[in-house]
Amino acid sequence: MTILSGLGGAAPVHVDLPRENRSRAYRWLLSPGLLYLGVMFIVPVGALLAMSLYVPVPGGELGDFQPALHWQNYVDALSQFWPQMVRSFWFAAIATVACLLIGYPIAYTIAVRARGRALMQNLLLVLVVAPFFTSFILRTIAWRQILADESFVVQAMLWLGLLPEGGRLTATPFAVVCGLAYNFLPFMVLPIYASLGRLDPRLLEAGADLYASPTTCFRRVTLPLSMPGVVGGTLLVFIPAAGDYVNASLLGNNTNTAMIGQVIDARFFKVLDYPTAAALSVVLMAAILLIVAAYVRRAGTEDLL
Amino acid sequence: MRLRLGRAVVPIMGVLGVLYLLVPIAYTVAFSFNDAGKTNLVWRGFTLDNWRNPCGAPQVCEAFVNSLRVGVLATVLSTLLGTLLALALVRYRFRGRPLVNLLIFLPMSTPEVVLGAALLAQFLSLRVQLGFWTVVAAHVLFCISFVVVTVKARVASLDPALEEAAADLYATPLETFWRVTFPLLLPGIAAAALLAFSLSFDDFIVTNFNSGSFTTFPKFVYVSATRGIPPQANVIGSFMFVLALAIVVGSQVVTAARSKRRVGR
Repeated sequence: MTILSGLGGAAPVHVDLPRENRSRAYRWLLSPGLLYLGVMFIVPVGALLAMSLYVPVPGGELGDFQPALHWQNYVDALSQFWPQMVRSFWFAAIATVACLLIGYPIAYTIAVRARGRALMQNLLLVLVVAPFFTSFILRTIAWRQILADESFVVQAMLWLGLLPEGGRLTATPFAVVCGLAYNFLPFMVLPIYASLGRLDPRLLEAGADLYASPTTCFRRVTLPLSMPGVVGGTLLVFIPAAGDYVNASLLGNNTNTAMIGQVIDARFFKVLDYPTAAALSVVLMAAILLIVAAYVRRAGTEDLL
Repeated sequence: MRLRLGRAVVPIMGVLGVLYLLVPIAYTVAFSFNDAGKTNLVWRGFTLDNWRNPCGAPQVCEAFVNSLRVGVLATVLSTLLGTLLALALVRYRFRGRPLVNLLIFLPMSTPEVVLGAALLAQFLSLRVQLGFWTVVAAHVLFCISFVVVTVKARVASLDPALEEAAADLYATPLETFWRVTFPLLLPGIAAAALLAFSLSFDDFIVTNFNSGSFTTFPKFVYVSATRGIPPQANVIGSFMFVLALAIVVGSQVVTAARSKRRVGR
């Protein structure tokens, strides 16, 4: 129970704490964690912002930069790498939709259809979180080999005519999106499972008693009540997918699958062009925060955490 | 009949989805038994050699041990800091609470590349040598938020009447914490620690930005992907999978047995 029940989320006990709740002990509880987040998150983001405006040291070596306020870095970075930036969000969006389409039936099967059969539920849940227990990189490489040109899957698809002559799966946008959808699927299933698990079955019975068809019941009762899970799940998939570069570099090619994470990595480590890498990181972060804020406001669930 | 068929569609899709999740794991486990030689790309025959000699390939075990060291340290530190934050957030009302919540939410909603890049920018500016400690520091950062969320759920489901009862029985606040609050929170803390360890152990992107020449297991696998991954990496991956599965199933069995005993009484 311990580990899996954490996923379902126990019902919180609501208590109105007195305004002057005991001492000011919270300061001692908060300060170490906040200090850490300040020094290791806020300050580094500041360092990233500063670095995005650096200019090369005149006559210096490759990778030597000095502080400046060179806003032109952003214009240069975006005019050069906007296709990769747009592609990242596009791939992440497709992968998120795919995760929702594959993940919702999984969550529904576990939470609603297997309700009351604890053993079955736990077995399925363990299988859903199983990917967490094997290395993310090893699994992506497994996909690379499953989708490789000489693999059984591709040979079978060629034989069946599902792939055109000389067609391939690896090194295509399809492979990258599949990899993204695969890797982040559990993050979609678990929040939806959690919100469906809290669904009161009597509501569905009431719907059926009032002559709603199963489809209507689903559309008018189940789906709206599982929305918090859907919203949480889409965010948990979209955010890491947009910044991911492992799938793109292991399953993609260098031309029409390059994502922004790959560019940031290459600018930092291969080209030693820190300001461009930093500027792209800042833009990625800002864009994601804007998208998340807009989405959460639209979905109307601001108390996600 | 039509209705029955319709009812079967969703569970079939669900089970197919679960199978989709398991395909690459099965592949990874199967190829740990491959008589592969240097590159583990095609099936060449069954062997137990890789399992008998998991450290056979150069650097595999070194990278694995590095990941364990980082994982243990990052887990201990992030669980400690995160649990304290969770306690403060659920049990105390104070000004600036929304701000603290935001500060905890932000690292989770920042993509790993950006977290890695920000930390690297800081380490480069301060001319910190990249290596073991920078990796630990980075891992603690992204684990904290997940610990807070996990422990918070547990604290929120805790009945404060129990603590009040302890106080009524003249327990000091510290005694109350150690004898009442902490034991009740322990399952939540354990789940958070397990989550933190698995996040740290499996992390690649943030590690890649902040490790310099220090190599963890995921980094080793990624780097050797171009040359071909030794089957020993599959052995270690499969071993960790079986171990984690055993921990989860074991804890399930223990809890089930305990609750049965409680009902029996």
